[in-house]
Amino acid sequence: MNGERGRGGGRGRGKLKAARLSPRDVAHVGSSGLRSRPMRVVLSALGIAIGIATMISVVGISASSQAQLLRELDKLGTNLLVASPGESMFAGEEVKLPEESVGMVGRIKGVQDVGATADLNATVRRTDKVDEDDTGGIAVKATTADLLRVLRGEVGSGSWLNAATGRYPSVVLGHVAAERLGITEPGRQVWLGDRYFTVVGILAPLPLAPEIERSALVGWEGAKRLLDFDGHPTSVYERSADAAVEDVRTVMAATVDPQNPQNVKVTDPSSALRAKAATEGAFSSLLLGLGGIALLVGGVGVANTMIISVLERRYEIGLRRSLGATRGQIRIQFVTESLMLSGLGGLAGVALGAAATGVYAQSGGLPWVVPLWAVGGGFGATLVIGTVAGLYPAVRASRLSPTLALHAA
Amino acid sequence: MSTGTAVGPAPHPRTVVALTGVTKEYPGPVAALRGVDLTVEEGELLGIVGPSGSGKSTLLHIIGTLDRPTAGSVHIAGHEVAALSDRRLSALRAQHVGFVFQAFHLVPGVSARDNVAEGLLYSGLSRSVRRRRAADALARVGLADRLDHKPHQLSGGQKQRVAIARAVVGEPALLLADEPTGALDSASGAAVMELLRDLNREGATIAVITHDTEIAAQLPREVRIRDGQVVADVTHGTAATTGAAL
Repeated sequence: MNGERGRGGGRGRGKLKAARLSPRDVAHVGSSGLRSRPMRVVLSALGIAIGIATMISVVGISASSQAQLLRELDKLGTNLLVASPGESMFAGEEVKLPEESVGMVGRIKGVQDVGATADLNATVRRTDKVDEDDTGGIAVKATTADLLRVLRGEVGSGSWLNAATGRYPSVVLGHVAAERLGITEPGRQVWLGDRYFTVVGILAPLPLAPEIERSALVGWEGAKRLLDFDGHPTSVYERSADAAVEDVRTVMAATVDPQNPQNVKVTDPSSALRAKAATEGAFSSLLLGLGGIALLVGGVGVANTMIISVLERRYEIGLRRSLGATRGQIRIQFVTESLMLSGLGGLAGVALGAAATGVYAQSGGLPWVVPLWAVGGGFGATLVIGTVAGLYPAVRASRLSPTLALHAA
Repeated sequence: MSTGTAVGPAPHPRTVVALTGVTKEYPGPVAALRGVDLTVEEGELLGIVGPSGSGKSTLLHIIGTLDRPTAGSVHIAGHEVAALSDRRLSALRAQHVGFVFQAFHLVPGVSARDNVAEGLLYSGLSRSVRRRRAADALARVGLADRLDHKPHQLSGGQKQRVAIARAVVGEPALLLADEPTGALDSASGAAVMELLRDLNREGATIAVITHDTEIAAQLPREVRIRDGQVVADVTHGTAATTGAAL
């Protein structure tokens, strides 16, 4: 016997303590099964990837649409208020705003711009041959010249009413109204009330005032002269400094109609847009549920793969046990393998989902938004699934008899 | 060398294996082992021989601490196996027992060196030390020029040499070889047996489990098993006390 062996024997009387595997060794051992079967890895990670990709893109697409709406809202401003007649206390009684209300609102502290419209008892048609009842849902309104500035609207083609054109039979169409009348450019004539009016302009879309988009607008003075307009506004629009919005709102009803403030309804058109943004942000729970089911099926696939892997590698497990692996180390090996399998699927799914969101956003001209919480949540879910899916196979592997390696393969 | 009779539960410091009255029963009428006493001292090279069904595989499991006896005591490298938890038993295997299998059990697609280094994975040594020792162990079995060969690039005899290197890389107190030549042609088998004898001359304690009486007869000591009992324990080269038992 030489000294080397003697040392070996001497060590035998020492303490027995199972060595810990370094994290790197755990990763190496855990990935050994995956490295030897790449095709199986791809297929079983695919299920997880599809589930995560679905969830990420559902969340991402809603977030992108919401970001787009909020961006629009930012541009339009949230400092617009509209006063209109509310419900009268007596049914059927026509409620009108006082003639001088436009000027009164203009004198409220903080108000920058005021405009008004008034509903007219007239219809607009392409020609006088069109049936009078066939209005296409287009309202005829008188408007003050300041309206467009208050709404921060733009004329799509032609021009806005000015002091001169406002007096004569000329009309500006909202873009929906123009579409419904089949008018694509100014210069055409439309039958309005009991005569032809010349279209001088067509407005660009007005997201804050959809009712104007569906109107034919006639100048204030022209309406009085040509359409028997009594000068009472129906809606008063005002734009104020952001800080003054709440103060203006408090006094607006009383200013518009000091005698009957209860008959005045004050609304904030941007609130509707904000609500729409919130709805867009609330992603479809149905699609999200589908993604969740795909994820669950993917998890079952991973568990299945792991069980097969354990069955196939009985000899390897026996070998590792004979080399000194503890039950715990075998368990960790297979849980690690399962984690890596589903983690790979999760990574691929996040990339796919982000890419799908990107393509959607690109094609719709939306900003590309993939919320971090969705990425983190999705990836966290795959880790949970990987652990759960790997736990049972790992426990089974650790309980296999270590004598298995000795039976011929 | 010892003649392998039973010793008490407190073995001699040089004793690597001490079995006393070991019995192993599986569900069913037949006991695989019935009251086996066996002692292996440091530096021995012995064959455990018996036909299939004799209980030699069960004996191998118990000596290798892969299985526990139903009755009797087992001391391996001075540790009473029955008293050890799974963690400690695993540590015992990692530090003191090396296995060589009939089917080699090399990891496919992994170099000879990394296969051997795997034998030290559970010993707590760093990766660089494991790889260095693996190269040394491969040199010891005559494969210094095959470090980076994958198992499929090696002959059967070379694979078994790699497996032997993996078993001895941790300098175990005991090397257990289960039918080490069972999957080899006779020339490769003879070379593997020669390697085991060389390792033994360098000081390794080796037990070869086989059904091949020819192989067992070439070894310094031969323990014959039949029906779960030791029927003969022969030390060759001193006196041929063999005979009627087989």
